[in-house]
Amino acid sequence: MMHVEEITRPKEILRSGHAACPGCGVALGMRMVLRALGNRAVVVVVPSCVAVISGPFPHAAAGVPMFHSAFEIAAPTAAGISRALALQGQEDIPVLAFAGDGGTFDIGLQSLSGAADRNEDIIYVCMDNEGYMNTGIQVSSATPQFTWTGTTPAGNTRRKKQIMEIMAAHRIPYAATASIAFPEDLTRKVLKAKELSGTRFFHILSPCITGWRIGEDMAVKVTKLSVETKLFPLYEIEDGLKYTINYQPDDLPVDRYLEVQGRYRHLTPEQTAKIQTEVDRNWQDLMGRAARAHA
Amino acid sequence: MKKFITGNHAVAEAVRLCRTQFVAAYHITPKTPIYEKLSEWEADHTLGGSMMRTESEHSAMAACLSASLTGVRAFTATSSQGVALMHEMLHFASGCRAPVVMACVNRTLAVPWAFWSDQTDSLAQRDTGWMQIYCEDNQEAIDSVIQAFRIAEAVLLPCMVVLEAHFISHFMEPVDVPDQELVEKFLPPVNIPKRFDINNPGFVAPVVTQSQYRTFRHLSHQAMEYAVNAIEEVGREFEATFGRSYGLVEAEGVEGADLVVVTTATITSTARVTLARLRKKGLKLGLVKIRVFRPFPTKAIRTLLDDVSKIAVIERNLSLGREGIFCSELKSALVNSPGEHQVQGYLAGIGGTDVNPELIERIILDALDRKEATDGPIWMMEEG
Repeated sequence: MMHVEEITRPKEILRSGHAACPGCGVALGMRMVLRALGNRAVVVVVPSCVAVISGPFPHAAAGVPMFHSAFEIAAPTAAGISRALALQGQEDIPVLAFAGDGGTFDIGLQSLSGAADRNEDIIYVCMDNEGYMNTGIQVSSATPQFTWTGTTPAGNTRRKKQIMEIMAAHRIPYAATASIAFPEDLTRKVLKAKELSGTRFFHILSPCITGWRIGEDMAVKVTKLSVETKLFPLYEIEDGLKYTINYQPDDLPVDRYLEVQGRYRHLTPEQTAKIQTEVDRNWQDLMGRAARAHA
Repeated sequence: MKKFITGNHAVAEAVRLCRTQFVAAYHITPKTPIYEKLSEWEADHTLGGSMMRTESEHSAMAACLSASLTGVRAFTATSSQGVALMHEMLHFASGCRAPVVMACVNRTLAVPWAFWSDQTDSLAQRDTGWMQIYCEDNQEAIDSVIQAFRIAEAVLLPCMVVLEAHFISHFMEPVDVPDQELVEKFLPPVNIPKRFDINNPGFVAPVVTQSQYRTFRHLSHQAMEYAVNAIEEVGREFEATFGRSYGLVEAEGVEGADLVVVTTATITSTARVTLARLRKKGLKLGLVKIRVFRPFPTKAIRTLLDDVSKIAVIERNLSLGREGIFCSELKSALVNSPGEHQVQGYLAGIGGTDVNPELIERIILDALDRKEATDGPIWMMEEG
């Protein structure tokens, strides 16, 4: 494990005074990503918690140029800036886009696919809090099965969309999951992505205090449990095929992750068992992909 | 150099002459040949710059406006469903004050599905904060694109150059393609604000309060008002450089006319022929062509029409439940005029149907004869 203090003790890019709720997982993730990215970058945000966190006019929470673009166009917006910077001889300035799960899994999927297909020179970071939290907790296609939201009061009937598989299918140079509970891993991945060119994608699970019905001190703990229960494994995919699992989980039962969140309070034992089965199957699939890649 | 080319080809020539650095596009009939011609030139390394082949018009405009905010000269082209899909991004481009230039080839909006000329697609973007220039022929198309970059970069608002399906996009005409050196003299290298400066970071397009929102809208409206002068100034400079003159409106024979016909785009050419024929028979007829729709040239129109009592507006578009859109705009421009006006709207060419000299003659005779105007439009159908 790398010592994060040795490689990244630079100044914070996301400054105090940002507009996130206390204990927000998204703000923590943005802070870690931006710190690793450095201040020589341009950042796109789109309507989501990410845009709110960045501050209302005339305040700006980040020490990099930022553009608050429209909901469904994080990727082509970043791509337009990246192309323009290249035309100005500044292709060494990375362009990063932050979008939520709604802006990535749902309304922005088409334009993200277009940018990935063209292998645009951008870093795209999906801060996934598993629902439309900025508008007050509505279901998205990143919301897991049985989850309570304001628009699925009896629990979500659909399963979570596998965004990493979709991005891998585009055969982009780099895609990685990352977690605010594993900052060294996250930092290493951002630094690695920064050295690459083409479309680079991050999927970061980012707890929402209000939407997940957890305490203000729980974001990191819950996220750690998501990794240790194998529900959100840490891995990276190079060129769409080379899967590498970056962390061997503790193999905790998924109940340990679910029981600490109010949004799962209503789960029946059968539903919990079904989630466990799904998690196990996904983990087996992931291990199979990694084994094939490294065979 | 004179070339025998289509309007689409003429637009592409202008984009190349203007050293456009960034083109993002998605194909749609009938503007596709612009995209193909630029791709051809990119492949043989005569275009320069960078092309992005997006998966939709919506993304094309997203990329154009962000490239423009980064400080490069950006262009796209679309039609019909494409400009409708772009609608959200059109507001965005003008709100960000991104001087993107777009060619919009007018085509019928579905449903019913069709591929013919109809101005409703671009006119439906009226309130997006884009300047709009309507072209009468292929020469005006190439010249207007060159002007559009100058105007847009001067006022920091996006500009749409509008040409009609087939009548301009696909019909071939002799076009004077200006010399590269002259265009470079007229349109210097791009010098617009670079909004993403890593040495001076800021947050573009954050959330604002009610009064801040009003202030930004007020500033954009002032830019539109300034654009009226900018368009005329650029028109004068264009004439000095290239010898061809274009303003907000064009007029002929208005003074002392018993009837003034108001047209836009290609119907104007046919009207010119018809009016010349009827004047020989002794009729006193004037013609006003509205070239710029946004900013609306209210002052120029009032100067021309304040003393004209009979006005006939002929147009190829419709706001359902009201009338032709230029007719409504013209009426509102004249509402504070001291003179009495009888403004009659005629819908001609809806769906791309033919507007020939005989049809325009029928309109003129009807308007001259008419004692009072109808509130709704008169639908002109083909004879027989």
